[in-house]
Amino acid sequence: MAWVWFHRFGSPPHFYRLATRLAPWFAWPAALLCLAGLVGGLVLAPPDYQQGDGFRIIYVHAPAAWLSLMVYVVMAASAAVGLIWRMTVAYSVAASCAPIGASFTALALATGMLWGRPMWGTYWEWDPRLTSELLLLFLYLGYMGLRNAIDDVGRADRASALLAIVGVVNVPIIHYSVIWWNSLHQAPSVMKFGRPTMPAAMLVPLLLMLAGFTAYFLALLLTRARGELLRRERNARWIGEALASAPTGPGSAC
Amino acid sequence: MLRFLQMGGYARYVWPSYALTALVVGLNVRWALASVRAAQSEARRRLASLKAAS
Amino acid sequence: MTLPRVGFVSAASALVARDLSLALRRSGDSLQPLGFFLVVCTLFPLALDPQLSLLRDIAPAALWVGALLSSLLALDLLFREDAQDGTLEQLALCGLPLQGLLLAKTAVHWLLTGLPLVLIGPLAASALGAPAAAMPGILAALLLGTLALSLIGAVGAGLTMSLKRNGSLLALLVLPLAVPVLIFGARATVLAIAGESLAAPLYLLAAIAVLAATLAPWALAAAVRIGLE
Repeated sequence: MAWVWFHRFGSPPHFYRLATRLAPWFAWPAALLCLAGLVGGLVLAPPDYQQGDGFRIIYVHAPAAWLSLMVYVVMAASAAVGLIWRMTVAYSVAASCAPIGASFTALALATGMLWGRPMWGTYWEWDPRLTSELLLLFLYLGYMGLRNAIDDVGRADRASALLAIVGVVNVPIIHYSVIWWNSLHQAPSVMKFGRPTMPAAMLVPLLLMLAGFTAYFLALLLTRARGELLRRERNARWIGEALASAPTGPGSAC
Repeated sequence: MLRFLQMGGYARYVWPSYALTALVVGLNVRWALASVRAAQSEARRRLASLKAAS
Repeated sequence: MTLPRVGFVSAASALVARDLSLALRRSGDSLQPLGFFLVVCTLFPLALDPQLSLLRDIAPAALWVGALLSSLLALDLLFREDAQDGTLEQLALCGLPLQGLLLAKTAVHWLLTGLPLVLIGPLAASALGAPAAAMPGILAALLLGTLALSLIGAVGAGLTMSLKRNGSLLALLVLPLAVPVLIFGARATVLAIAGESLAAPLYLLAAIAVLAATLAPWALAAAVRIGLE
């Protein structure tokens, strides 16, 4: 029974219609969640006893970092699905993930640097997380570079899918090797602001932001995937019907 | 209000972070919408030329 | 008329023999990465004040960055020509396991480009101030590291083999994957020079090499098949 659902999901016209309808259902809650998180994080949460108001960067840094990792996993997983089941929908999803993931990885690095400067005294540290994050950015750029370099869309999809899967095997290796390397070089400078006992007033806005960003990503993904699908399904009959029935989709309302 | 804007002295780091985030969030929305619309108009054009050719 | 069945072992050894003889005919190509490695290792003391103590600190980094860059340079040789003249297609179509054949090709490639690095490496290291006692450790680390780099790099080469000459993309693809090798290899070299036990990074290097040897053939075969379509 699950297979029927799975293959229906993989049918391009069905996915296209579903994506068109679902996107706003993620977009508006995302906005609300983020708004609530921002109010909670910027206004309601008390200043940290060690970092003062500077810790509030976490409310944008943590969601960006979370997105950078989660999007890569989604990208690799859908790439794998595409390779195994030859599913155009899966390839469209994977292709849509890359620019989103790359930009949020860059944002995570930038906000991490801005957070590091007052806390560590320097913009950059070869800290395990920053270094792994930088390498993750290179993985994204490599994925996008390979895809761009191959002209044939189908071949580009398959080659970059393989690269994404190889990269995902490497992500834990990179992460642990850098931790290991870093622990030998210096005492790791961990952001300490009472993490094991983070008070609810600080934690709740963080969770709201994480949820909001996740919903935001899903809305973006569904929107982009529609476009990618249209580019791939060249001469299919369903395209005419889909375009006629919903001219520009609810996306234009945002 | 001023205390809010000053962020306990960390304003120099906190507000650019939020500004960058807003920028990335906004750009991604723009890109996504532009990408879909471009794909849709290209698909329409292709369909139209196919119909014209047949 | 039925063609005689060819066993995998004889096919693989024929492939190895062919690759070796081709490479020996154009020995200049295979020596270039080695030359590049030596140049990189020489550049470091030239760029720094060649006081021996500082050099010794830099030696591991110079050695491993040189190894990484020169193996990148060597990767182009691996598939490009065979892809262009149709040999790879024959390998893919011949009915024998492509993974094994490509592993054989990668092994030959390592023999030609990685092994010289392993042999010359200790020499370069001592020129950079490493004590003689460090040599076995450096040798072992380079052995495992170059094996891993050849395997990892081969996957990247397979993915980009059909592209126009675009060396920087290959570097972008391979370098993030090769970073753990760099980290553990350099760490092993540091410990070897300091005279301490380098078991930990050596084991990790070995683990990476084994993981690469297990997974790379499958990724390679898939990449080559995609590239040949």
